[in-house]
Amino acid sequence: MAALTAAVGGVAPPARPRRRGNLAPLLLLAPALLWLVVFFILPTISLASQSLQTGDIDNGYTLTWNFATYAEALSRYWPQFLRSFIYAGTATIGTLLLAYPLAWFIAHRSGRYKNLLLVLVVAPFFTNFLIRTLAWQIILTDAGPVAGFFRATGLTSVLQALGLTENDSLLNSQFAVICGLVYNFLPFMVLPLYTILERLDTRLLDAAGDLYANGWNTFWKVIWPLSLPGVVSGTLLTFIPAAGDYINSKLLGNTQTVMIGQVIDSQFLRVLDYPTAAALSFILMIAIIVLVAGYVRAAGTEELV
Amino acid sequence: MATTKAPGDLRLVQLARHFDDFVAVAGLDLLVPGGSFFALLGPSGCGKTTTLRMVAGLEEPTSGQIFLGEDDITSTRAYQRKVNTVFQSYALFPHLSVLDNVGFGLRQRKVADWRRKAMEALELVKLGDRAKQRPRQLSGGMQQRVALARAIVNEPDVLLLDEPLGALDLKLRREMQIELKRIQQEVGITFIHVTHDQEEAMTMADTVAVMRAGHLEQIGAPADLYDHPATTFVANFLGQSNLLPLEGFSDPGGEFVTAHAHGIGLVVERAQLPAGLVVGPGLTATDSSVRLGIRPEKLQILGHDSPPSANRLPGSVTDASFNGVATTYLVAMPWGQELTVTQPNDGSARANRGDVVTLGWNPHQAFVLAEAD
Repeated sequence: MAALTAAVGGVAPPARPRRRGNLAPLLLLAPALLWLVVFFILPTISLASQSLQTGDIDNGYTLTWNFATYAEALSRYWPQFLRSFIYAGTATIGTLLLAYPLAWFIAHRSGRYKNLLLVLVVAPFFTNFLIRTLAWQIILTDAGPVAGFFRATGLTSVLQALGLTENDSLLNSQFAVICGLVYNFLPFMVLPLYTILERLDTRLLDAAGDLYANGWNTFWKVIWPLSLPGVVSGTLLTFIPAAGDYINSKLLGNTQTVMIGQVIDSQFLRVLDYPTAAALSFILMIAIIVLVAGYVRAAGTEELV
Repeated sequence: MATTKAPGDLRLVQLARHFDDFVAVAGLDLLVPGGSFFALLGPSGCGKTTTLRMVAGLEEPTSGQIFLGEDDITSTRAYQRKVNTVFQSYALFPHLSVLDNVGFGLRQRKVADWRRKAMEALELVKLGDRAKQRPRQLSGGMQQRVALARAIVNEPDVLLLDEPLGALDLKLRREMQIELKRIQQEVGITFIHVTHDQEEAMTMADTVAVMRAGHLEQIGAPADLYDHPATTFVANFLGQSNLLPLEGFSDPGGEFVTAHAHGIGLVVERAQLPAGLVVGPGLTATDSSVRLGIRPEKLQILGHDSPPSANRLPGSVTDASFNGVATTYLVAMPWGQELTVTQPNDGSARANRGDVVTLGWNPHQAFVLAEAD
């Protein structure tokens, strides 16, 4: 650039619009970059440093590169980590099973009610997250119709046999926590699935039927592979926040259903053991990154789009 | 690839499809002989695609029956029928390779050597070297051929083609018309080709069925339909026609009768008269609209050296357009009607605008239409 300007000598003006052209993208990016640096990069560095400090809340913390915190945190809280991933995984599968037919229905069968249904899917977001989760305490309460129905049909025994509940009541159990997760993250699954299924050319279904595929094979050989990008984004949008969630396990679970988010919450705000809380946050972040990277690679979505 | 046994006939009996109040197909009776190249021709909205979809099993008939050979297939599902379709939009699976697209039907039926058969079908449509590519990497014409291979590889009894050439440009369409005809003769499957292009239908099909507003208008070999259309609609949909309103007939006896149009006597072959038409000085009210039809290329501009013609109509040339192969004239009759005349570029003298000419034609090459308005 400079060489070019020098070579043309005095004729500088033509170079100026070009330089402005080069700066424009940077200027457009600047607000977002600034935001990321101030609210993501700096806090991450601060969190990383916090996790390697020693000391206590009264005398202050100093950076001692104490990696032992990580080993201790992992050895003490690995069951909560494991549980978080199992709950999040189960909830993601449950969400997918509910959302897929719903998204298909909205995309291809709802006619003029399409927009209304889409609004209804998003409508719960108009209510506070905490309130929505608390509502499930009322839904699953022992005296409520849901628990009554489960007892009457013997489903409570099925849940107990599966280890999802401990007694006749539905509340304060793994079952309740997973229900809460499924409910809270359902829209994150429905919307990406809807977007991809709505674009699906239904003439391909005619073609599959014409080529001897019954309904089941048409789904597995045509609809499902073509909807994979939506499935991948929906499952990621559900799994990632669900793995770090601490509200559902706190409000709907018991002492045996504590998820890692809940541990981090109490370490930071009640135990005030900042290094352990920071180390746990870091482990969670890295574990999710590794899981997601492996998942996306296995799904091989880049070939589909 | 060649099927040894000739496929059975396809028979539609009183087949109907209603969409709420709209009657798309109204009681259609049709026999498609096994192994023939059959065209369903009609303007858009005439019910031809709905008919096709009912045969494919993609649309349920409101009433009526469909027989394939001896079997009533009316209530079977699409995937249970020995019928395959080449879709208008091709409907190739974008996530599968060309080979997997072609092999889709075979794998659904658990054919063991699907790979070999699919490759053979691709060779048949000259796309053997494209097997590994995705459909979107191919041109429109190639995708069209993949869709064709994907259908015929299943060796169906009947192959349905829904406006398969609609998306191709003119040159490619010509090539594919010849290609389709070749493939049909090679595999011996019954082809039912739905189109609104009369030229395409006549070029390829052994039998053409003309549909209009859910009804069968006329069925026959292309040359029969063209030379002896039964209705005004067919006369105008298949090529161009000059239609002269007739006021009555007189009967000198013998092979010909005399028809009267605007006071001029015209010689008409008796065999051309529609059944039930009363030959007499006036036409009865029931056949209020009787017309003599002459194709533009059957009309001649008579010169001094032309052989004598039984039919003579005086007129003046109002327009002449030359396109290389032929010259098309518009000739105004004394009563104002303009007739279209196509004269081949065969060295005969050309007329100019404003010339007063006499038109003649061979009585064997005209047809008579009688329709209640």
